[in-house]
Amino acid sequence: MKTEDAALARIVRREAGLIVAQLQRRLGNFDVAEEAVQEAIIIALRTWRRDGVPANPGAWLSLAARRRAIDLLRKRSRELPLADEWEPDPAVAISPLGRTGDERLPMLFGCCHPALGVEARLALTLRAVVGMTTQQIASAFLVPETTMAQRLVRAKRKITAAGIPFTIPEAVDLAPRLDDVLTVVYLSYNAGYLEPSESGRELSDDAIWLAELVTRALPEQAETWGLLALLSFLNSRAAARFDDHGRLVLLEDQDRTGWDEVAISRADGYLTTAAALHRPGRFQLQAAIAGCHASAASWADTDWLQILTLYDLLLRYDSSPVIKLNHAIALSHLRGPAAALAEVDQVADRLSGYHLACHSRPAVERPW
Amino acid sequence: MKYVLLYTNRPDLDAAVPEERRAEVYQAIYGWFEKHGAVMSDGGAELQGPETATSVKSGQNGGQPVVVDGPFSEAKENVGGFSIIDVPDLDSAIAIAREWPSLSLPGVAVEIRPIVDHSGDM
Repeated sequence: MKTEDAALARIVRREAGLIVAQLQRRLGNFDVAEEAVQEAIIIALRTWRRDGVPANPGAWLSLAARRRAIDLLRKRSRELPLADEWEPDPAVAISPLGRTGDERLPMLFGCCHPALGVEARLALTLRAVVGMTTQQIASAFLVPETTMAQRLVRAKRKITAAGIPFTIPEAVDLAPRLDDVLTVVYLSYNAGYLEPSESGRELSDDAIWLAELVTRALPEQAETWGLLALLSFLNSRAAARFDDHGRLVLLEDQDRTGWDEVAISRADGYLTTAAALHRPGRFQLQAAIAGCHASAASWADTDWLQILTLYDLLLRYDSSPVIKLNHAIALSHLRGPAAALAEVDQVADRLSGYHLACHSRPAVERPW
Repeated sequence: MKYVLLYTNRPDLDAAVPEERRAEVYQAIYGWFEKHGAVMSDGGAELQGPETATSVKSGQNGGQPVVVDGPFSEAKENVGGFSIIDVPDLDSAIAIAREWPSLSLPGVAVEIRPIVDHSGDM
Protein backbone atom coordinates (compact mmCIF):
# COMPACT_ATOMS: atom_id res chain seq x y z
CA MET A 1 0.00 0.00 0.00
CA LYS A 2 1.32 3.42 -0.95
CA THR A 3 1.57 6.05 1.76
CA GLU A 4 -1.27 8.11 0.35
CA ASP A 5 -3.40 4.99 0.25
CA ALA A 6 -2.55 4.46 3.89
CA ALA A 7 -3.81 7.96 4.67
CA LEU A 8 -7.05 7.22 2.81
CA ALA A 9 -7.38 3.94 4.67
CA ARG A 10 -7.06 5.80 7.95
CA ILE A 11 -9.93 8.10 7.00
CA VAL A 12 -12.02 5.07 6.07
CA ARG A 13 -11.17 3.44 9.39
CA ARG A 14 -12.63 6.35 11.32
CA GLU A 15 -15.94 6.11 9.48
CA ALA A 16 -16.53 2.58 8.21
CA GLY A 17 -17.41 0.81 11.46
CA LEU A 18 -19.86 3.52 12.43
CA ILE A 19 -21.62 3.30 9.08
CA VAL A 20 -21.85 -0.51 9.23
CA ALA A 21 -23.33 -0.26 12.73
CA GLN A 22 -25.82 2.39 11.65
CA LEU A 23 -26.88 0.49 8.52
CA GLN A 24 -27.09 -2.76 10.41
CA ARG A 25 -29.41 -1.24 12.97
CA ARG A 26 -31.58 0.29 10.32
CA LEU A 27 -31.74 -2.78 8.06
CA GLY A 28 -31.59 -5.46 10.72
CA ASN A 29 -29.29 -7.24 8.30
CA PHE A 30 -25.58 -7.33 9.16
CA ASP A 31 -24.59 -9.17 6.01
CA VAL A 32 -26.03 -6.56 3.63
CA ALA A 33 -24.84 -3.64 5.79
CA GLU A 34 -21.31 -4.98 5.95
CA GLU A 35 -21.16 -5.90 2.27
CA ALA A 36 -22.50 -2.50 1.25
CA VAL A 37 -19.92 -0.62 3.30
CA GLN A 38 -17.14 -2.84 1.99
CA GLU A 39 -18.12 -2.06 -1.59
CA ALA A 40 -18.43 1.62 -0.73
CA ILE A 41 -14.91 1.58 0.71
CA ILE A 42 -13.50 0.12 -2.47
CA ILE A 43 -15.33 2.75 -4.55
CA ALA A 44 -14.20 5.48 -2.15
CA LEU A 45 -10.54 4.51 -2.27
CA ARG A 46 -10.63 4.51 -6.06
CA THR A 47 -12.52 7.82 -6.36
CA TRP A 48 -10.63 9.69 -3.65
CA ARG A 49 -7.30 8.64 -5.05
CA ARG A 50 -8.33 10.21 -8.34
CA ASP A 51 -10.35 13.27 -7.21
CA GLY A 52 -9.06 13.88 -3.69
CA VAL A 53 -10.82 13.32 -0.38
CA PRO A 54 -14.24 15.03 -0.12
CA ALA A 55 -14.93 17.63 2.59
CA ASN A 56 -17.05 15.19 4.59
CA PRO A 57 -15.72 11.70 3.87
CA GLY A 58 -18.08 10.14 6.42
CA ALA A 59 -21.19 11.46 4.68
CA TRP A 60 -19.73 10.48 1.31
CA LEU A 61 -19.09 6.90 2.46
CA SER A 62 -22.44 6.70 4.21
CA LEU A 63 -24.33 7.74 1.08
CA ALA A 64 -22.34 5.38 -1.14
CA ALA A 65 -22.99 2.53 1.33
CA ARG A 66 -26.72 3.25 1.41
CA ARG A 67 -26.85 3.14 -2.39
CA ARG A 68 -24.97 -0.15 -2.42
CA ALA A 69 -27.31 -1.50 0.27
CA ILE A 70 -30.35 -0.70 -1.88
CA ASP A 71 -28.73 -2.45 -4.85
CA LEU A 72 -27.88 -5.49 -2.76
CA LEU A 73 -31.36 -5.72 -1.28
CA ARG A 74 -32.88 -5.43 -4.74
CA LYS A 75 -30.59 -8.10 -6.08
CA ARG A 76 -31.43 -10.44 -3.22
CA SER A 77 -35.18 -10.15 -3.53
CA ARG A 78 -35.92 -9.14 -7.11
CA GLU A 79 -39.63 -9.73 -6.91
CA LEU A 80 -40.11 -7.62 -3.81
CA PRO A 81 -40.46 -3.88 -4.47
CA LEU A 82 -38.66 -2.32 -1.53
CA ALA A 83 -36.87 0.54 -3.23
CA ASP A 84 -39.33 3.16 -1.98
CA GLU A 85 -38.79 2.55 1.66
CA TRP A 86 -35.09 2.55 0.97
CA GLU A 87 -34.52 5.87 -0.68
CA PRO A 88 -31.59 7.33 1.23
CA ASP A 89 -32.65 10.14 3.48
CA PRO A 90 -30.35 13.06 2.57
CA ALA A 91 -30.81 14.70 5.95
CA VAL A 92 -29.48 11.60 7.69
CA ALA A 93 -26.76 11.10 5.13
CA ILE A 94 -25.11 14.47 5.70
CA SER A 95 -25.73 14.79 9.41
CA PRO A 96 -22.71 13.92 11.52
CA LEU A 97 -22.74 10.35 12.75
CA GLY A 98 -22.67 9.57 16.42
CA ARG A 99 -19.14 10.02 17.75
CA THR A 100 -19.60 8.30 21.07
CA GLY A 101 -17.78 5.18 19.86
CA ASP A 102 -20.62 3.19 21.42
CA GLU A 103 -22.32 2.35 18.15
CA ARG A 104 -19.46 0.13 17.06
CA LEU A 105 -19.24 -1.69 20.34
CA PRO A 106 -22.32 -3.94 20.07
CA MET A 107 -21.09 -4.90 16.61
CA LEU A 108 -17.63 -5.62 17.95
CA PHE A 109 -19.14 -7.98 20.53
CA GLY A 110 -21.11 -9.68 17.76
CA CYS A 111 -18.04 -10.09 15.55
CA CYS A 112 -16.05 -11.52 18.48
CA HIS A 113 -18.83 -13.89 19.59
CA PRO A 114 -17.57 -17.21 21.01
CA ALA A 115 -19.91 -19.07 18.62
CA LEU A 116 -17.49 -18.05 15.83
CA GLY A 117 -14.00 -19.49 15.32
CA VAL A 118 -11.13 -17.26 16.41
CA GLU A 119 -9.88 -16.73 12.84
CA ALA A 120 -13.36 -15.70 11.76
CA ARG A 121 -13.64 -13.26 14.67
CA LEU A 122 -10.39 -11.62 13.65
CA ALA A 123 -11.32 -11.32 9.99
CA LEU A 124 -14.84 -10.04 10.67
CA THR A 125 -13.65 -7.45 13.17
CA LEU A 126 -11.03 -6.10 10.81
CA ARG A 127 -13.52 -5.84 7.98
CA ALA A 128 -16.69 -4.65 9.69
CA VAL A 129 -15.29 -2.55 12.53
CA VAL A 130 -11.93 -1.36 11.19
CA GLY A 131 -12.99 -1.12 7.54
CA MET A 132 -10.10 -3.10 6.06
CA THR A 133 -10.71 -4.67 2.68
CA THR A 134 -10.68 -8.43 2.24
CA GLN A 135 -7.49 -8.07 0.21
CA GLN A 136 -5.74 -6.16 3.01
CA ILE A 137 -6.81 -8.71 5.63
CA ALA A 138 -5.71 -11.62 3.43
CA SER A 139 -2.27 -10.11 2.94
CA ALA A 140 -1.92 -9.33 6.65
CA PHE A 141 -2.58 -12.99 7.52
CA LEU A 142 -0.66 -14.37 4.55
CA VAL A 143 -3.57 -16.31 3.08
CA PRO A 144 -4.98 -16.14 -0.45
CA GLU A 145 -7.73 -13.56 -0.88
CA THR A 146 -10.24 -16.25 -1.91
CA THR A 147 -9.59 -18.15 1.33
CA MET A 148 -10.19 -15.02 3.37
CA ALA A 149 -13.32 -14.19 1.38
CA GLN A 150 -14.71 -17.67 2.04
CA ARG A 151 -13.93 -17.37 5.74
CA LEU A 152 -15.83 -14.09 5.89
CA VAL A 153 -18.82 -15.44 3.97
CA ARG A 154 -19.06 -18.47 6.26
CA ALA A 155 -18.82 -16.32 9.39
CA LYS A 156 -21.47 -13.88 8.19
CA ARG A 157 -23.73 -16.77 7.22
CA LYS A 158 -23.42 -18.17 10.72
CA ILE A 159 -24.20 -14.80 12.32
CA THR A 160 -27.45 -14.64 10.38
CA ALA A 161 -28.43 -18.31 10.55
CA ALA A 162 -27.59 -18.83 14.23
CA GLY A 163 -29.01 -15.50 15.36
CA ILE A 164 -25.84 -14.08 16.89
CA PRO A 165 -26.94 -10.77 18.41
CA PHE A 166 -25.15 -7.41 18.24
CA THR A 167 -25.46 -6.42 21.85
CA ILE A 168 -23.10 -5.60 24.69
CA PRO A 169 -23.49 -8.44 27.19
CA GLU A 170 -24.66 -7.51 30.65
CA ALA A 171 -23.71 -8.32 34.22
CA VAL A 172 -21.74 -11.53 34.70
CA ASP A 173 -21.59 -12.21 30.96
CA LEU A 174 -19.65 -9.02 30.23
CA ALA A 175 -16.23 -9.98 31.61
CA PRO A 176 -15.73 -13.24 29.65
CA ARG A 177 -17.15 -11.73 26.47
CA LEU A 178 -14.97 -8.64 26.86
CA ASP A 179 -12.00 -10.97 27.20
CA ASP A 180 -12.94 -12.46 23.81
CA VAL A 181 -13.04 -8.97 22.29
CA LEU A 182 -9.73 -7.92 23.83
CA THR A 183 -8.14 -11.19 22.66
CA VAL A 184 -9.10 -10.43 19.07
CA VAL A 185 -7.59 -6.94 19.38
CA TYR A 186 -4.42 -8.42 20.89
CA LEU A 187 -4.16 -11.05 18.13
CA SER A 188 -4.55 -8.32 15.50
CA TYR A 189 -1.66 -6.44 17.09
CA ASN A 190 0.45 -9.60 17.20
CA ALA A 191 -0.25 -10.40 13.56
CA GLY A 192 0.99 -6.93 12.69
CA TYR A 193 3.93 -6.43 14.95
CA LEU A 194 5.87 -9.49 13.83
CA GLU A 195 5.80 -8.23 10.26
CA PRO A 196 8.47 -5.69 9.32
CA SER A 197 6.34 -4.50 6.39
CA GLU A 198 4.25 -1.36 6.11
CA SER A 199 1.05 -3.43 6.17
CA GLY A 200 2.21 -5.05 9.40
CA ARG A 201 2.70 -1.62 10.90
CA GLU A 202 -0.75 -0.57 9.72
CA LEU A 203 -2.33 -3.61 11.35
CA SER A 204 -0.66 -2.90 14.72
CA ASP A 205 -1.84 0.71 14.51
CA ASP A 206 -5.36 -0.49 13.78
CA ALA A 207 -5.23 -2.78 16.81
CA ILE A 208 -4.20 0.12 19.05
CA TRP A 209 -6.97 2.23 17.58
CA LEU A 210 -9.44 -0.58 18.38
CA ALA A 211 -8.09 -0.88 21.93
CA GLU A 212 -8.61 2.86 22.38
CA LEU A 213 -12.14 2.58 21.04
CA VAL A 214 -13.04 -0.19 23.51
CA THR A 215 -11.40 1.67 26.39
CA ARG A 216 -13.29 4.88 25.64
CA ALA A 217 -16.55 2.95 25.54
CA LEU A 218 -15.93 0.79 28.63
CA PRO A 219 -13.58 2.85 30.83
CA GLU A 220 -14.81 1.15 34.01
CA GLN A 221 -13.35 -2.18 32.82
CA ALA A 222 -9.78 -2.55 34.11
CA GLU A 223 -8.75 -5.03 31.42
CA THR A 224 -9.46 -2.58 28.59
CA TRP A 225 -6.86 -0.24 30.15
CA GLY A 226 -4.62 -3.26 30.69
CA LEU A 227 -4.69 -4.18 27.00
CA LEU A 228 -4.13 -0.57 25.97
CA ALA A 229 -1.14 -0.37 28.30
CA LEU A 230 0.25 -3.66 26.96
CA LEU A 231 -0.06 -2.59 23.33
CA SER A 232 1.48 0.80 24.09
CA PHE A 233 4.47 -0.81 25.82
CA LEU A 234 4.93 -3.23 22.93
CA ASN A 235 4.58 -0.47 20.39
CA SER A 236 7.16 1.72 22.14
CA ARG A 237 9.74 -0.76 20.86
CA ALA A 238 8.45 -0.84 17.28
CA ALA A 239 11.40 1.13 15.89
CA ALA A 240 13.97 -1.17 17.54
CA ARG A 241 12.22 -4.44 16.75
CA PHE A 242 13.66 -5.00 13.28
CA ASP A 243 17.15 -4.45 11.90
CA ASP A 244 17.90 -2.77 8.58
CA HIS A 245 17.26 -6.06 6.77
CA GLY A 246 13.85 -6.53 8.35
CA ARG A 247 15.08 -9.25 10.70
CA LEU A 248 13.55 -9.52 14.16
CA VAL A 249 15.84 -8.18 16.91
CA LEU A 250 15.36 -9.90 20.26
CA LEU A 251 14.67 -7.72 23.26
CA GLU A 252 18.08 -8.56 24.68
CA ASP A 253 19.80 -7.08 21.65
CA GLN A 254 17.55 -4.11 21.01
CA ASP A 255 18.97 -0.58 21.04
CA ARG A 256 17.01 0.86 23.94
CA THR A 257 17.71 4.44 22.90
CA GLY A 258 15.36 3.69 20.01
CA TRP A 259 12.43 3.04 22.36
CA ASP A 260 9.64 5.61 22.36
CA GLU A 261 9.70 7.24 25.80
CA VAL A 262 6.41 9.05 25.20
CA ALA A 263 4.63 5.78 24.43
CA ILE A 264 6.18 4.19 27.53
CA SER A 265 4.98 6.94 29.86
CA ARG A 266 1.55 6.83 28.25
CA ALA A 267 1.46 3.07 28.86
CA ASP A 268 2.50 3.62 32.48
CA GLY A 269 -0.46 5.97 32.86
CA TYR A 270 -2.90 3.44 31.37
CA LEU A 271 -1.63 0.76 33.72
CA THR A 272 -2.02 3.07 36.73
CA THR A 273 -5.62 3.75 35.69
CA ALA A 274 -6.24 0.02 35.38
CA ALA A 275 -4.74 -0.72 38.79
CA ALA A 276 -6.96 1.90 40.44
CA LEU A 277 -10.00 -0.16 39.36
CA HIS A 278 -8.84 -3.08 41.54
CA ARG A 279 -9.80 -5.79 39.04
CA PRO A 280 -6.61 -7.60 38.04
CA GLY A 281 -6.51 -9.62 34.85
CA ARG A 282 -4.19 -11.22 32.34
CA PHE A 283 -3.75 -8.18 30.12
CA GLN A 284 -2.82 -5.98 33.07
CA LEU A 285 -0.29 -8.59 34.19
CA GLN A 286 1.23 -8.85 30.73
CA ALA A 287 1.37 -5.06 30.58
CA ALA A 288 3.12 -4.97 33.94
CA ILE A 289 5.70 -7.46 32.65
CA ALA A 290 6.22 -5.40 29.50
CA GLY A 291 6.54 -2.38 31.79
CA CYS A 292 9.35 -4.07 33.75
CA HIS A 293 11.30 -4.44 30.53
CA ALA A 294 10.48 -0.87 29.53
CA SER A 295 11.89 0.57 32.76
CA ALA A 296 15.11 -1.47 32.71
CA ALA A 297 18.06 0.63 31.53
CA SER A 298 19.67 -2.44 29.98
CA TRP A 299 19.07 -6.17 29.58
CA ALA A 300 21.43 -6.77 32.53
CA ASP A 301 19.37 -4.43 34.74
CA THR A 302 16.14 -6.37 34.17
CA ASP A 303 14.25 -7.01 37.42
CA TRP A 304 13.74 -10.77 36.97
CA LEU A 305 12.30 -11.31 40.44
CA GLN A 306 9.50 -8.88 39.70
CA ILE A 307 8.93 -10.48 36.30
CA LEU A 308 8.89 -14.00 37.75
CA THR A 309 6.35 -12.92 40.37
CA LEU A 310 4.14 -11.44 37.68
CA TYR A 311 4.40 -14.62 35.59
CA ASP A 312 3.40 -16.64 38.66
CA LEU A 313 0.23 -14.55 38.86
CA LEU A 314 -0.32 -14.67 35.11
CA LEU A 315 -0.24 -18.49 35.14
CA ARG A 316 -3.42 -18.40 37.22
CA TYR A 317 -5.23 -16.78 34.30
CA ASP A 318 -3.40 -18.32 31.39
CA SER A 319 -1.43 -21.55 31.71
CA SER A 320 -0.70 -21.84 28.01
CA PRO A 321 2.71 -23.22 26.94
CA VAL A 322 3.94 -19.78 25.82
CA ILE A 323 3.35 -18.31 29.28
CA LYS A 324 4.98 -21.36 30.91
CA LEU A 325 8.01 -20.95 28.66
CA ASN A 326 8.35 -17.29 29.59
CA HIS A 327 7.96 -18.18 33.26
CA ALA A 328 10.82 -20.67 32.84
CA ILE A 329 12.98 -18.02 31.18
CA ALA A 330 12.45 -15.60 34.07
CA LEU A 331 13.30 -18.45 36.44
CA SER A 332 16.51 -19.21 34.57
CA HIS A 333 17.70 -15.63 35.08
CA LEU A 334 17.17 -15.89 38.81
CA ARG A 335 18.13 -19.49 39.63
CA GLY A 336 20.11 -20.69 36.64
CA PRO A 337 19.27 -22.87 33.66
CA ALA A 338 18.84 -26.19 35.50
CA ALA A 339 15.73 -25.04 37.36
CA ALA A 340 14.24 -23.65 34.17
CA LEU A 341 15.04 -26.56 31.84
CA ALA A 342 12.76 -28.90 33.75
CA GLU A 343 9.89 -26.50 33.10
CA VAL A 344 10.81 -26.03 29.45
CA ASP A 345 10.88 -29.78 28.83
CA GLN A 346 7.32 -30.05 30.09
CA VAL A 347 6.04 -27.69 27.44
CA ALA A 348 8.57 -28.20 24.64
CA ASP A 349 6.49 -30.57 22.53
CA ARG A 350 3.52 -28.22 22.58
CA LEU A 351 5.52 -25.24 21.41
CA SER A 352 6.77 -26.46 18.07
CA GLY A 353 4.88 -23.75 16.18
CA TYR A 354 5.91 -20.87 18.38
CA HIS A 355 8.22 -18.48 16.60
CA LEU A 356 10.85 -18.27 19.33
CA ALA A 357 10.75 -21.75 20.82
CA CYS A 358 13.38 -23.16 18.46
CA HIS A 359 15.83 -20.43 19.33
CA SER A 360 18.99 -21.97 20.72
CA ARG A 361 20.05 -19.12 22.96
CA PRO A 362 19.85 -19.78 26.67
CA ALA A 363 18.11 -16.48 27.30
CA VAL A 364 15.31 -16.69 24.81
CA GLU A 365 12.77 -13.99 25.41
CA ARG A 366 9.85 -12.50 23.60
CA PRO A 367 10.83 -9.46 21.60
CA TRP A 368 9.17 -7.10 24.05
CA MET B 1 -35.85 -17.51 16.55
CA LYS B 2 -36.36 -21.21 17.01
CA TYR B 3 -33.54 -23.49 18.06
CA VAL B 4 -33.23 -27.20 18.79
CA LEU B 5 -31.25 -28.05 21.89
CA LEU B 6 -29.65 -31.46 21.44
CA TYR B 7 -28.66 -33.04 24.75
CA THR B 8 -25.69 -35.32 24.34
CA ASN B 9 -23.80 -37.50 26.77
CA ARG B 10 -21.01 -40.07 26.80
CA PRO B 11 -22.37 -43.46 27.93
CA ASP B 12 -18.80 -44.62 28.66
CA LEU B 13 -18.35 -41.80 31.17
CA ASP B 14 -21.85 -42.03 32.60
CA ALA B 15 -21.01 -45.39 34.15
CA ALA B 16 -18.74 -43.68 36.68
CA VAL B 17 -21.50 -41.36 37.94
CA PRO B 18 -23.01 -42.61 41.22
CA GLU B 19 -26.71 -43.46 41.10
CA GLU B 20 -27.45 -40.87 43.78
CA ARG B 21 -25.84 -38.08 41.77
CA ARG B 22 -27.73 -39.12 38.67
CA ALA B 23 -31.02 -38.95 40.58
CA GLU B 24 -30.14 -35.44 41.80
CA VAL B 25 -29.50 -34.25 38.28
CA TYR B 26 -32.68 -35.86 37.04
CA GLN B 27 -34.61 -34.01 39.71
CA ALA B 28 -32.94 -30.73 38.73
CA ILE B 29 -33.98 -31.30 35.10
CA TYR B 30 -37.65 -31.11 36.14
CA GLY B 31 -36.95 -27.75 37.75
CA TRP B 32 -35.11 -26.60 34.63
CA PHE B 33 -38.07 -27.43 32.37
CA GLU B 34 -40.39 -25.64 34.76
CA LYS B 35 -38.21 -22.53 34.80
CA HIS B 36 -37.93 -22.33 31.02
CA GLY B 37 -41.42 -23.61 30.20
CA ALA B 38 -42.40 -20.32 28.58
CA VAL B 39 -39.91 -20.65 25.71
CA MET B 40 -40.35 -24.41 25.14
CA SER B 41 -42.23 -25.42 22.01
CA ASP B 42 -44.01 -28.74 21.79
CA GLY B 43 -42.23 -31.67 20.29
CA GLY B 44 -39.20 -32.15 22.50
CA ALA B 45 -38.44 -35.64 23.78
CA GLU B 46 -36.23 -37.73 25.96
CA LEU B 47 -34.92 -40.65 23.93
CA GLN B 48 -34.46 -44.30 24.82
CA GLY B 49 -30.84 -45.45 24.96
CA PRO B 50 -28.62 -45.91 21.88
CA GLU B 51 -28.83 -49.70 22.33
CA THR B 52 -32.46 -49.41 21.22
CA ALA B 53 -31.61 -47.49 18.06
CA THR B 54 -32.14 -48.77 14.53
CA SER B 55 -30.79 -46.93 11.52
CA VAL B 56 -31.91 -46.99 7.91
CA LYS B 57 -28.92 -46.09 5.76
CA SER B 58 -28.66 -45.27 2.07
CA GLY B 59 -27.61 -48.32 0.07
CA GLN B 60 -24.31 -48.58 -1.75
CA ASN B 61 -24.08 -47.81 -5.47
CA GLY B 62 -27.67 -46.65 -5.64
CA GLY B 63 -29.00 -49.85 -4.06
CA GLN B 64 -31.94 -50.12 -1.68
CA PRO B 65 -31.65 -48.50 1.78
CA VAL B 66 -30.40 -50.95 4.38
CA VAL B 67 -31.62 -51.43 7.93
CA VAL B 68 -28.92 -51.76 10.58
CA ASP B 69 -28.75 -52.15 14.33
CA GLY B 70 -27.48 -49.14 16.28
CA PRO B 71 -27.27 -45.34 16.04
CA PHE B 72 -26.39 -43.55 12.78
CA SER B 73 -22.87 -42.66 13.84
CA GLU B 74 -20.01 -44.47 15.49
CA ALA B 75 -19.36 -41.45 17.70
CA LYS B 76 -18.90 -41.89 21.42
CA GLU B 77 -21.51 -39.20 22.01
CA ASN B 78 -25.12 -40.19 22.33
CA VAL B 79 -28.09 -37.92 21.67
CA GLY B 80 -30.22 -38.38 24.77
CA GLY B 81 -33.02 -36.01 23.84
CA PHE B 82 -33.92 -32.66 22.40
CA SER B 83 -36.08 -29.59 23.00
CA ILE B 84 -37.28 -26.86 20.72
CA ILE B 85 -37.09 -23.35 22.12
CA ASP B 86 -38.27 -20.00 20.78
CA VAL B 87 -36.07 -17.14 21.98
CA PRO B 88 -34.91 -13.77 20.58
CA ASP B 89 -31.31 -14.71 19.74
CA LEU B 90 -28.37 -17.05 20.21
CA ASP B 91 -27.32 -15.42 23.48
CA SER B 92 -30.72 -16.22 25.01
CA ALA B 93 -30.39 -19.82 23.78
CA ILE B 94 -26.88 -20.07 25.25
CA ALA B 95 -28.09 -18.68 28.59
CA ILE B 96 -30.73 -21.43 28.79
CA ALA B 97 -28.42 -24.21 27.58
CA ARG B 98 -25.76 -23.20 30.08
CA GLU B 99 -28.18 -24.03 32.92
CA TRP B 100 -28.90 -27.58 31.65
CA PRO B 101 -28.41 -29.55 34.88
CA SER B 102 -26.57 -32.49 33.29
CA LEU B 103 -23.70 -30.17 32.38
CA SER B 104 -22.44 -30.78 35.91
CA LEU B 105 -21.61 -34.33 34.76
CA PRO B 106 -18.56 -35.25 32.66
CA GLY B 107 -18.86 -35.64 28.87
CA VAL B 108 -22.19 -33.84 28.60
CA ALA B 109 -22.81 -31.23 25.90
CA VAL B 110 -25.79 -29.27 24.62
CA GLU B 111 -25.69 -28.53 20.92
CA ILE B 112 -27.69 -25.50 19.81
CA ARG B 113 -28.99 -25.65 16.24
CA PRO B 114 -31.11 -22.97 14.64
CA ILE B 115 -34.17 -24.32 12.84
CA VAL B 116 -34.62 -23.49 9.17
CA ASP B 117 -37.36 -20.93 8.84
CA HIS B 118 -39.66 -21.95 5.99
CA SER B 119 -42.24 -19.27 6.70
CA GLY B 120 -40.94 -17.12 3.82
CA ASP B 121 -41.03 -19.97 1.27
CA MET B 122 -44.67 -19.59 0.26
